[in-house]
Parts: sequence; C-alpha cells; structure tokens
Amino acid sequence: MSSKDLAVSVRGLSKSYVIAHNMNRPTDLREAIVDRFRHPLGNGGQDHEMFWAIKNMDFDIRSGEVVGIIGRNGAGKSTLLKILSRITWPTTGEIDIHGRVSSLLEVGTGFHPELTGRENVFLNGSILGMTRREIKQKFDEIVDFAGVEKFLDTPVKRYSSGMYVRLAFAVAANLDPEILIVDEVLAVGDAQFQQKCLGKMQDVARHSGRTILFVSHNMNAILQLCERAILLHQGQVVMDGLPDEVMKSYVAEPKTGSTVDLRNHPNRDPSLAPALQSITLCDTADNPTAVFAPGETVQLKVSLKLNRRIINPSFACALHNWRGERLFAVATYLSRAPVEYLEGECLLVGRFDLPNLVPGKYMLEISFTDSFDRFIDRITNVAALTIALSDYLGVTHPFSPDLGSVMVRSEWEAFNQGTLVSGSGNSKSD
Amino acid sequence: MLDIASASELPHVRIRASEPGPLIDLPELLRFRDLLWTLAERDLRVRYKQTALGVIWVVLQPLMAALIFAFVFGVIAGLPSDGEPYLVFAFAGITAWNTFANVLNRASGSLVANGGMLSKIYFPRLILPLSAVVSALVDSSFSVVLMFVMMAIYRVWPGWGIVFLPVWLLILVVLALGLGLMTSSWMVRYRDVAHVIPVLLQLGLFISPVAWSMTNTKLSARFLWVLRLNPLTSLLEAFRWSLFGRGAPPLAALAYSLVVALAVFWMGMMVFKQQERSFADVI
Repeated sequence: MSSKDLAVSVRGLSKSYVIAHNMNRPTDLREAIVDRFRHPLGNGGQDHEMFWAIKNMDFDIRSGEVVGIIGRNGAGKSTLLKILSRITWPTTGEIDIHGRVSSLLEVGTGFHPELTGRENVFLNGSILGMTRREIKQKFDEIVDFAGVEKFLDTPVKRYSSGMYVRLAFAVAANLDPEILIVDEVLAVGDAQFQQKCLGKMQDVARHSGRTILFVSHNMNAILQLCERAILLHQGQVVMDGLPDEVMKSYVAEPKTGSTVDLRNHPNRDPSLAPALQSITLCDTADNPTAVFAPGETVQLKVSLKLNRRIINPSFACALHNWRGERLFAVATYLSRAPVEYLEGECLLVGRFDLPNLVPGKYMLEISFTDSFDRFIDRITNVAALTIALSDYLGVTHPFSPDLGSVMVRSEWEAFNQGTLVSGSGNSKSD
Repeated sequence: MLDIASASELPHVRIRASEPGPLIDLPELLRFRDLLWTLAERDLRVRYKQTALGVIWVVLQPLMAALIFAFVFGVIAGLPSDGEPYLVFAFAGITAWNTFANVLNRASGSLVANGGMLSKIYFPRLILPLSAVVSALVDSSFSVVLMFVMMAIYRVWPGWGIVFLPVWLLILVVLALGLGLMTSSWMVRYRDVAHVIPVLLQLGLFISPVAWSMTNTKLSARFLWVLRLNPLTSLLEAFRWSLFGRGAPPLAALAYSLVVALAVFWMGMMVFKQQERSFADVI
C-alpha cells in the first residue's frame, strides 16, 4: 500500500554544472578548434569548477500531497523542478515518479505572437502535454477563465500583456495530470487575476487529490496551499515539515534574520558612505526576531559610526509591502523627543507599534539625514519583516493582495425582506 | 473512486543518472504525436502570416528558382536537359533538392529556435527536428503537385518508375534528417553552425545535378565517380528518372546513397542522443 501511495521518490540526487573560469570556455567554433589544437587531449587546460546546484537530495512525496518548496535564490529550487520535469538530467541519483507529470515553469511557453488566441490555446495546450481532444473539450472553460472571448481570432501580439498572461495561465490551469509541478508563476498578472489563479490552485489542491509541487516566494501562497514545505539551502534539504514551522526557520536564516550587517549592504545608495553599521529587530522582551504578530511592537536597535558630530540628525525607517508600496514611516524627528546630536560610535533604540498588517513579508528601508534633510546614509530593502498568520479577523480566510495591507475588522447584518437572517459580526470572545 | 481505480496503471517514470535510455523511445514519441503535428502546423501558419500571397509562396519560390535556372543554364549557357523542357527539368531537380535542403535547414535550426521550450517544458526532444521534417514535407507535396501540373501542360508523361518517387524522397529525407540531427545538436553549443549551413547548402546546390544533368558533364567518364561521391547525385537522378523515365543512375550508386543515408541518420541519432540531456543546460 505504502509504495503505491508514493508519487515521487528521490534518492541521492545531485546536479552539477561546470563553470569555467577566466572566460576561457570556448563559445564559438573557432575558439573550440584553436583550443583543441593547443590542447589536443584533456579539457583545454581551463580552470573548471564544479558547481553543485543540488547535492545529495533524498525525499519522498506521497500521492495527493501539496508540497511547497522554499529557499533563497540559488538554493536549487528551480533546478530541482527542472530535473523532476525531465527538462534537465541529474548528474547522479535516482528518481521514480508514479503518474503523469505536468510542469508549469513559465506561463505561456511556446506562445507565438503571430498566431491568434485560438491557435495559441491549441499550440500551448499540446506543448503542455494535452491531446487535441482534451483541449477541444476544455476550450470554452479556458476562454472563459481568461476572459478573452472577443479577441480569440486576434493575433496575440496585439494582446495587452494582461490578456496574454491570462490566456496563458488559463491553458495551464486546465491541465489534468496526477502530478503538477509549478514554479513561481503566480507572480504574474494583476492582483485580481493572481487571486483567481491562487483560488484555482487551491481548488485543484483540495478537491482533486492531485499531487502538487509548488515553488513560490509568496509565503502566503505557500501557507494557503501547502500541507508540507521543504526548505532548500545550497542544494540541500535543510528542513521538511509543516509549512509554518519550516517558514519560521526560513525567515530566521541569517540574511533576513533579526540582525543585519549594514557595512557592505548591497542596497545602499552607491553615492553614500556607510554610516549605518547594523540593525537589529527585537520584540519588546528584547528577543531578536524578524517575525511579528499584527499590531505587535517592534524594537529597533541601530548602531552607527560617524566621523563627525551631527546636530539634529534624523533616523527614519519605512515599511514597504511586496509591491514596493510604502505603508508607513517612523522617524526620530516625528517622535516627542528628537535627537539632539550623535557622534562617533553610537546606538539608536526605537520602538513602534505595527498596524494590523495582513500576514506576509514586508521590507524595511532606513535612512539617516542631517539637519538639512541631506542623506548621510540610506539603505532600501535592508531587512525583511514577516507578519505571522493570525486570527485577528476571527477567520482563517485566505489573505489575498485584494485585501490591501491592513486588516480591518468589520461587522455585517443581512436582511431578506426586512428580516434579519444573519448577523455574525465579530463574535470572537478574546 | 476513479482515482483509485486508475492508480494501479499509473505511468511510471524512471530517471536514472547512470542509464542512457533507448536510442529512440517510440512509445514516448507516439504519446507526443499531437505536439508534433501542432508544431508543424504552427510552423506553416506562421511562415505565411501577414503575407499577401500566403501559401502561394510555397510553390512560387521553387517556380521562380526553376525559371532562373532555365534562363541561366538553359537559355544563356544552352545546356541540354535530357530532352525535357528545361523548366520542367529544372523544377524536378529543385523539388527534390528543396526537400533535402528544407528538411536539413529547418531541422538544424529547430532546437535553437525553440530554446524557450527546451528549457521550460518536457517533451521528447526529437519532436522538434521531426516537426521540421513534417513542415518541410508539406511544402514538398505542394511542389510535387505543381510538378505534375507542369508535366501535364508540357505533355511529359511519367513511366512505371513513378511508383518509386516516394522512395527517393524518403531516402533524401532520411539523409537530411540525419544531418539535421547532428547540426541541430551542435548548434545548441556553437551557433556558428547556423552560418555554415547556408554556405554548404549553396555549394551542394551547384555540385549536385539540380539544374544540370549527369549525362552532359564536360568531365571525362573516368571522373564521374567523383561527382557520385555526393550521395545526392544519384538520388536526384533517380528522382528525375521516376518522372521522365530517362537518365537512370547505376544501381550501385543508388545503393551507395542508401547506405550513406542510413549511416548518416544513425550517426545523427547518436550525436543527438548523446547531447540531448544537456540541451536545456547550454542553450
């Protein structure tokens, strides 16, 4: 029974790429031939380095599981999906997959701009592994989902990018495999359509018993869709378990961790010299963390190193959502006790109350200015701050970008022919 | 219920880093046959989108080439054409040659042109060069039809040899596909191949008896075998023999062409198979 339930089994999987140094790798025939003559045997005397995108990976996925794969850029997520989809081949290891696999690593692969929407549905469908008959059966559903009825016979090169993406996703969303492999494809389209896609994925995940492997940087999507998460780091599985637990350890990884070294931060305004040295996020009990509950108080510790005395300086900190929109900013000059001066190695400690933010990942921006409002130092996207899932609204309804960034409690009463039929309001008794 | 019932017959995919797998995975190719047709269809549709004459170009192009050959070789140079009207003679040569050249050309570029698909989607990689063959053959069939129309106009009647016409075309395709498999795999790594192929095709067009006849070369008979080293030579002769009933190549030369075609095809498959797994990594 148990072996039959297995959808995917991965054993000792590794994938290496060869990186040649000094730009010596022959990229055209002439170089290759010259190389060959110089070094008739061997590898041409170049410095080759093996880069292991995936190192000795083992895991099993049971049939019907919805698994989120998370990790930083370069952790090996996409390579893993490509190997499982048979797009690229492993260097070592064995994989057994039971069931038909469809993988969606990109929306609209194979779409041809000169062809009409109708033609592209058939083209894309068969590229994704559907038979013509299947596409014909689902054609109306696809067109309906995409909402492009009127433009079916227009070449897609005249489509708006939104229409293009909608049509492409609609085709993919109607795939019918036992195992679905999806890379970060929900990051396309407008917020409303993204939510529609997420909803569709949720439908598929919950009601069809399909096995899904899903890569996303959108932590909400992972939390909503997945019952299991696998965290990759430098090509290895470092954690495998319940999504919220795995995610906590992901968020707590050093780089987006609670203390960020600012001395060589890549997002510093290049024209500015580093004055900001480090920043630490803590809760009110002084425990370093980057995960907060909605409405919780954040404590910031900023250390600076100044080569002169700065009178009436101001330190400001702004929070941005995943779309890069600024939600609010706090600053020393906006507080009741502005800073008189700072000099040498100094420390700023601040506290602010978070609004009731929608769970998800937010980015901090910090800046330090002199009394004339000139930037002394400024770093965008300096650290990530994660708002944990919460029952603030009393329901665990999926959080969509449509909800904006702030959770607001509300109460409703419904009347049919003047009779109150429901009035739940907020019945939570906390 | 349905899921459980079908669970026992779920397809099983084995990925083993160490196993090379079969040279041609026929069941897998069959499973993806719809993709083969769809890609060929896309190729044909796209080629003539936003053209005023559309699909007429399929026959107009070889017809214009034949007119040029008839004018240059037939009128200016005054070469004989085995007794056929020069236009028909040249058009027959062009039809056979174009089958070879189109298959080679499209197959060799098929991987690079669909690089996006290669790196994002799984399908048997062989589908791409094969779909190039299909689209080239569709063009050829138009050309063959026009060939018969021209023969009817000029009142040239084929003999019993006409039944072998598909055989010669098949050998031409096998040869071209073999070369196409090799060149397409190399092109993934070295785009130089894309620049070499047109030059070689142009050379081939002139050293093969497309617009001239083997029976009328100024070469002494002792050196004709040099021209016959080119496997296309006897195939083009055989193609014209099927149509006009004259100028049959020696059987030994035909056998040679067949052996070369099969050998090249096998080599092409080997090269393709060997490179296939790294296509997505290097494209």
